[in-house]
Amino acid sequence: MKIVMAIIKPFKLEEVRDALTGIGVHGLTVTEVKGYGRQKGHTEIYRGAEYAVNFLPKLKIEVAVATDQVPRVIGAITGAAKTGQIGDGKIFVYSIDQAVRIRTGETDADAL
Amino acid sequence: MTKNYWLRVGIPAFVAAMLAAGPALADPTINKGDTTWMMTATVLVLCMTIPGLALFYGGLVRSKNMLSMLLQVFYTECIVLLIWVLYGYSLTFTGGPNDFIGGFSKAFLSGISPDTPAATFTVGAAIPEGVYVMFQMTFAAITAALILGSVAERTKFAAIALFMPLWITFIYFPIAHMVWYWSGPDAIDAAAKALAAAADPTAKAKAQEALDAVLADGGYLYKAGAIDFAGGSVVHINSGIAGFVGCLIVGKRIGFGRDVMAPHSLVMSFIGACLLWFGWFGFNAGSNLEAAGGAVVAFLNTFIATAACAMSWMFVEWIVKGKPTVLGAISGAVAGLVAVTPASGFSGSMGSLVLGLVAGVICFFFCTTVKNIFKYDDALDVFGVHCIGGIVGALGTGILVNPDLGGTGIFDYTINKVADYDMTTQMIAQGKDVIITLLWSGIGSAILWKIVDIIVGLRPSPDREREGLDVSDHGERAYNM
Repeated sequence: MKIVMAIIKPFKLEEVRDALTGIGVHGLTVTEVKGYGRQKGHTEIYRGAEYAVNFLPKLKIEVAVATDQVPRVIGAITGAAKTGQIGDGKIFVYSIDQAVRIRTGETDADAL
Repeated sequence: MTKNYWLRVGIPAFVAAMLAAGPALADPTINKGDTTWMMTATVLVLCMTIPGLALFYGGLVRSKNMLSMLLQVFYTECIVLLIWVLYGYSLTFTGGPNDFIGGFSKAFLSGISPDTPAATFTVGAAIPEGVYVMFQMTFAAITAALILGSVAERTKFAAIALFMPLWITFIYFPIAHMVWYWSGPDAIDAAAKALAAAADPTAKAKAQEALDAVLADGGYLYKAGAIDFAGGSVVHINSGIAGFVGCLIVGKRIGFGRDVMAPHSLVMSFIGACLLWFGWFGFNAGSNLEAAGGAVVAFLNTFIATAACAMSWMFVEWIVKGKPTVLGAISGAVAGLVAVTPASGFSGSMGSLVLGLVAGVICFFFCTTVKNIFKYDDALDVFGVHCIGGIVGALGTGILVNPDLGGTGIFDYTINKVADYDMTTQMIAQGKDVIITLLWSGIGSAILWKIVDIIVGLRPSPDREREGLDVSDHGERAYNM
């Protein structure tokens, strides 16, 4: 079991969700986050005070899937979230030790 | 204008003169229209402070200091109101030991009944003194509250709680007395009529002496010939310089120049600024004290100068910084309101338009370039908007009052007509008004900030300041989400 975690541009969320639904992934966690990578921030001006805002708003999505599904999930997210501009985000994959569905008590692959 | 002025001033003056010929001075009459307008104007000025100024300032601070700003403004309104009825009104608007401060004859509002008249600017017309007490009370409150923006986000509530009563007593009451206290049109008119009527030299000398006494019964700057319709120096230069010395003495916020200190809600600041504009009609047009032509002049100017200054600031910012901003436009509107305050009842419409355009550029320059050069932490730009805008307005008033420029001129009650305008004389008087206000309030406020620092301390501990004054001073949070 793996978690595929992706940082994406906020306005790409619906396209990514559609793409994941299209490959049979039903279940997604979204968090509003801020951060920076290669994309530069912008300047905000409040009267005389100018602030360089380096932390840009992004969305973090997390999907838990079986290991063999990972390449398809990465493909779906990459395809949907890509604009070709700097700041499209990144995808990280890491392992899950255990999974439990709270309602039924099912574990691991059954719980995904 | 002249004809209307004659109708407005001349007829009551004529009637008053006829009545004054008798042994007793006729009581000026109170009319319901003026009374209604002045009560309305009073709540409009209240609305400027709460919620107007509170929201304008509150939106500009970080979210952790929102409630501290709201309570500091609300506290100031309430405490000044109470001091005003205890002794403030009396110290400001009665004759005192000298030309700088009034006396205690009306302390605790003694002698003020529902029927007591207060003079307006028209011979024979009065408003109930109770209304005048309330109207002027709201001016004292907003002046003190304006200071809060300079020292926002890093001054303990206890320090503000002590500073405000001291400041209003030692700075505001004297300056308001100096600029606005006079014997009123009825007394001057009656004394002038008596002089004209005096037949033999002895009677003439006696009447002249009586007129001189009436004219001598006024504040120092009033007698110096300074004109300030609604409070350019009394309210704005006064609070602006008090805030400026405050921000120097209190010191910079932790992280100033390093951390992002962006306004937490420009939406609230926008609402607050619009409420300020709305309430300012009471402030400026109410300062005419009657629902008459003069109020209309001030009302119109309060539209024109404000819009002109908002546009001037916004377009200059667009050119210089690359983008027109909401904060720029509303700051310009407030700067325009400040600048037109002293001029509102004296300037012509086109004069106030030019005044607004000029004030926008100058205040923008002070809030951006000058502030960044000297790096003082006047958190919400009270100095750049109110002190500088007030100076532009006070000096501009001296020019724009000129009847040749569409101004109203200055009415001389001893000769019952508009006096001749002399620019040099008027500008010297206006300059004196500006300099004395700057010195009295600048030095006096610095002393008061130091006294407060010694007694309760001005700053919270660094930890408490970082946590935010909402939690550390008040134990509550503006937003629980």
